[in-house]
Amino acid sequence: MIELLDIHKAFGANKVLTGVNLTIPSGESMVIIGGSGTGKSICLKCILGLVNPDQGTILLDGQDVEAAERDAFLARFGMLFQGGALFDSLSVWQNVAFRLLRGSLKRPKAEAREIAIEKLRRVGLSPDVADLFPAELSGGMQKRVGLARAIAAEPEIIFFDEPTTGLDPIMAGVINELIREIVTEMGATAMTITHDMTSVRAIADRVAMLHDGVIQWTGPIADMDTSTDPYLDQFIHGREEGPIEAVR
Amino acid sequence: MILLNFLASVGRSCLGLLGAIGRVSIFAGQAITHIFRPPFYFKELMQAVLYIGYFSLPVVGLTAFFTGGALALQIYAGGARFNAESVVPLIVAIGMVRELGPVLGGLMVAGRVAASIAAEIGTMKVTEQIDALTTLSTHPMKYLTVPRVVAATLTMPILVAIGDVIGVMGGFTVGVTRLDFNAATYLNNTIDFLESWDVISGLIKAAVFGFIVAMMGCYHGMNSARGAQGVGRATTNAVVSASVLILASNYILTELFFSA
Repeated sequence: MIELLDIHKAFGANKVLTGVNLTIPSGESMVIIGGSGTGKSICLKCILGLVNPDQGTILLDGQDVEAAERDAFLARFGMLFQGGALFDSLSVWQNVAFRLLRGSLKRPKAEAREIAIEKLRRVGLSPDVADLFPAELSGGMQKRVGLARAIAAEPEIIFFDEPTTGLDPIMAGVINELIREIVTEMGATAMTITHDMTSVRAIADRVAMLHDGVIQWTGPIADMDTSTDPYLDQFIHGREEGPIEAVR
Repeated sequence: MILLNFLASVGRSCLGLLGAIGRVSIFAGQAITHIFRPPFYFKELMQAVLYIGYFSLPVVGLTAFFTGGALALQIYAGGARFNAESVVPLIVAIGMVRELGPVLGGLMVAGRVAASIAAEIGTMKVTEQIDALTTLSTHPMKYLTVPRVVAATLTMPILVAIGDVIGVMGGFTVGVTRLDFNAATYLNNTIDFLESWDVISGLIKAAVFGFIVAMMGCYHGMNSARGAQGVGRATTNAVVSASVLILASNYILTELFFSA
């Protein structure tokens, strides 16, 4: 279980998070929604230690993440980045098996390659792709390779940062389906950031809406459409009128 | 009021400069401590050695050859005023191994390598590849900075040693073909009067310049701002700062090595 307790983060005068409280139960798929620039990615980066919060505590299974041993802590996570963030200088299979080729999870090269090809197959890519370089792939394929890399070491927790941004509706549907399948199959805890409502409905068990630096609403996906929260209502229906200013 | 504004702007510039020196020093300190702590990425180190050392050889070699040739012509023309044409081999050799070999080699490598390192790491930063490295339990400083800094520090002296030989041969070629020097006499003069400290001091300089080049490339890449403009600026800053630091440290090292 991941718990965010009163998280604050500011960049100069810009206060991005002003007291985020959120609990993500183990084995559940939590989707955080909210407008652009509301601090969704910062929330996620705070958990991973890529950004240090100014105030507040983040607990993973009851343990303060700042006190955790860094390598062991990160070994529990997998992450799909918005743009894929594949390493240009490495081939596709080396990207997927990155964690298996070095560090505490190091395996023999042949075994790591085999696992990488298996993971590529799992995300619908043929073994022929393994020796290509990221620049030779389409956006959708890069996203799938990123997904394969995120799951390669079979992490307990997987983060997805805008998994369908920049993809056509069909490819977005494929990625959503894959994420749902993989999370269910692995029994992993998932945290997804998106403002694509189709993704939300396909991926989420629970939804949290971030606005003005705090969680405005959180609840099961089934309650999202019947909620009376004006912020959530405006956001999920994409209305210009409402408490959220259209021009920010 | 104008005076106050002027002083405030001078103060801001000084604070900015001191801040930058502090940030670079902390970055360099962190990089140095990571050199001695595992894990070590040998494959990345070998790739960096190949890229920084081997692939810089043509540009350093050509620079050294033409500089050696030009130096021979200049010294011959200047020496003729004092009937001292015979010092051409010695001055070419000393000039190449003590000063021009390491400094010009360092500047050429700064143009080629610092720019490329800053662009590569800067692009990795703006495309979140650096964050991805961290989430994959790999320290960016260890994986990206340490191999490049170690490779540049180790390969620059080798590169400059080869450049020195090529530079001396440039002077020899011009001396023999254009200035009517006897080939054997030219080589004997070069070997007889050149001292080992002349060579060693140049190679120490080269190692320092290699460290500076890689450090500036990595520092500016890691601190690149977002977007294409940010990466472009990081690349320019890496080359400019590496070049200025090479020239400044060259003076300091020369003062240390040769002041009476």
